[in-house]
Amino acid sequence: MVHSVRRSIFTRIARLAWLPLCFLLVACHVDMYDQPKYKPNDVSNFFPDGRAMQPPPANTVPLNSYNPDSPLMTGRIEGQLADQLPPEIKLDAALLAHGQSRYNAFCAPCHGLVGDGNGVIAYRGPMTVTSLHNDRLRTVQIGYFFDVITNGIGKMYSYASRIPPEDRWAIAVYVRALQLSQNADVALLTEAELQQVRAGR
Amino acid sequence: MSAQIFPRNANAIFLASLFGLVMLVVGTIAAMVGFYLSPWYTDVGVAKAQPVPFSHKHHVSELKIDCRYCHATVEKAATAGFPATETCMSCHSQVWTTSPLLEVVRTSYQTGEPVVWNRIYDLPDFVYFNHSIHVAKGIGCSSCHGRIDQQQLAAKAQPLYMGWCLGCHRAPEDHIRPREEVFNMEWDVNSLSLAERQRLVIEYQIPTDGRLTNCFVCHR
Ligand code: HEC
Ligand code: HEC
Ligand code: HEC
Ligand code: HEC
Ligand code: HEC
Ligand code: HEC
Repeated sequence: MVHSVRRSIFTRIARLAWLPLCFLLVACHVDMYDQPKYKPNDVSNFFPDGRAMQPPPANTVPLNSYNPDSPLMTGRIEGQLADQLPPEIKLDAALLAHGQSRYNAFCAPCHGLVGDGNGVIAYRGPMTVTSLHNDRLRTVQIGYFFDVITNGIGKMYSYASRIPPEDRWAIAVYVRALQLSQNADVALLTEAELQQVRAGR
Repeated sequence: MSAQIFPRNANAIFLASLFGLVMLVVGTIAAMVGFYLSPWYTDVGVAKAQPVPFSHKHHVSELKIDCRYCHATVEKAATAGFPATETCMSCHSQVWTTSPLLEVVRTSYQTGEPVVWNRIYDLPDFVYFNHSIHVAKGIGCSSCHGRIDQQQLAAKAQPLYMGWCLGCHRAPEDHIRPREEVFNMEWDVNSLSLAERQRLVIEYQIPTDGRLTNCFVCHR
């Protein structure tokens, strides 16, 4: 009697012996982890340049979404640098705030937070960066800033691939605000602001 | 009466070996679980060699360059993306132009062959992930990528287990921060009280009815 009870416990345990094998199976998952499909930034051995994300061929424009010749995309009105914002861009506080965040991310490393051409990269040198506060840039059309961001100028590279056109306009507007901030006319300040300035000194 | 086949101590040996077998199985399982959780398997904290020894500590912490300067699509797209060679060259065409460490970048710029970075965070192909929604809803880079601004060579801060994703999807108030602070690496969640964070969850309209833990959110 005692004997058979012990045997049945043993066989019961023995029947579960396959369970630890499951732990081996859990680790066998490579098939679905790396599926034969491309995700962004993957390496490809199909395309000669080794990229799964192929850059679009030269002069490609998106279908239907943009008119590549509009002031919004070129910063120009009939070939001349635009002296006003394109109709798609509405000037308000949100646009300025957006421009500030873009400027601080993309321009400030070189041009500095206030645009004096003394950002941390310029400061450590040997790069010399133009200050945005001179009479020429204060009076130039707003489309000029759009153009510089889009096409670069001299030693400054183009930022068109990283900053979409709407954001470029927001930056241009913010640059104007920066210029005003560094060249404000005392006569335009309110009494409260004047007091703040005096207290600051 | 047949002869004794087994010696007297056979019972003891049998029990001892049964015990040994059980311990072996338990030990093997424990070792496998331990391996599964350890950096050998998860790569957490293990820096990978890169074609260029790019340092986030230097560029982010010391030079204060914004994440978006290099990972420009992070707010708009599913992927944060790796910087194009041109992005490095916008500075390195003028600073540190002769550094031998940057030879790979300069060659890449001349030939158009991309620099192939070794991926650090890589989800299985059956998981769908999207950066833009997390950034838009006030989940900061450091909540998932840790203090990458303190790393010379980037290393994983996270094994990216499903339970970790679910944990935050169940209780986003434990991690949420104001949108303006998403790129701030030094942000401390506890600088806002729980009530303030719960208010943010409501303000950003993050569903808290369990919808975010549905399987099809991530496995689609
Ligand atoms: C990597 C450093 C760097 C960054 C980042 C940078 N710039 Fe520049 N920028 C320069 C340099 C260098 C010059 C001087 C170019 C020259 O004259 O060769 C310059 C010149 C300019 C000028 C003056 C052009 C003129 O007519 O003199 C403007 C305007 C300008 N940048 C705007 C911007 C804006 C807006 C951004 C952000 C989207 C930006 N820059 C980002 C380096 C930079
Ligand atoms: C100057 C450019 C630059 C800046 C600024 C930058 N990164 Fe990176 N980042 C890179 C490069 C290049 C890589 C690929 C090499 C590597 O993994 O170190 C990378 C890799 C990463 C990775 C690992 C990606 C992977 O899975 O392989 C993460 C995460 C990351 N960056 C987050 C950030 C965050 C967060 C910030 C802002 C605090 C930031 N980066 C700022 C250039 C930059
Ligand atoms: C905004 C400007 C800027 C950008 C963009 C930038 N760097 Fe740098 N990088 C610097 C500066 C400035 C230094 C050196 C600073 C110092 O030590 O004085 C540097 C140093 C380095 C060094 C060390 C060089 C040495 O010999 O010690 C490496 C490697 C490097 N960068 C790689 C990269 C890579 C790769 C990218 C592109 C993903 C990149 N950098 C993008 C500004 C930049
Ligand atoms: C909710 C968690 C989470 C947040 C927040 C987050 N990331 Fe990621 N990041 C991931 C995951 C997961 C991956 C791996 C994606 C994959 O394998 O498809 C990743 C991948 C990356 C990569 C590698 C390239 C790519 O796009 O796959 C970079 C670079 C990166 N993140 C940068 C950032 C930056 C910069 C921020 C802050 C704006 C950020 N991440 C915020 C979870 C996060
Ligand atoms: C630190 C918190 C946090 C972590 C960690 C996190 N998430 Fe999220 N996730 C969120 C929040 C908040 C949202 C926004 C939900 C909303 O408002 O719709 C979100 C949304 C998403 C969405 C979009 C949902 C939709 O409605 O379509 C996906 C997909 C997603 N997460 C995948 C992941 C994956 C995969 C991981 C793990 C690799 C992950 N998340 C880790 C906080 C997090
Ligand atoms: C918030 C995102 C998210 C949600 C929601 C989610 N998963 Fe996952 N799941 C993941 C991630 C990330 C992994 C990859 C984990 C890893 O690499 O170990 C994963 C892996 C898995 C795996 C494979 C495990 C393995 O190691 O092979 C299964 C099965 C799975 N999930 C089932 C589910 C089921 C069932 C649900 C619904 C109850 C679900 N998941 C909901 C993110 C999610």
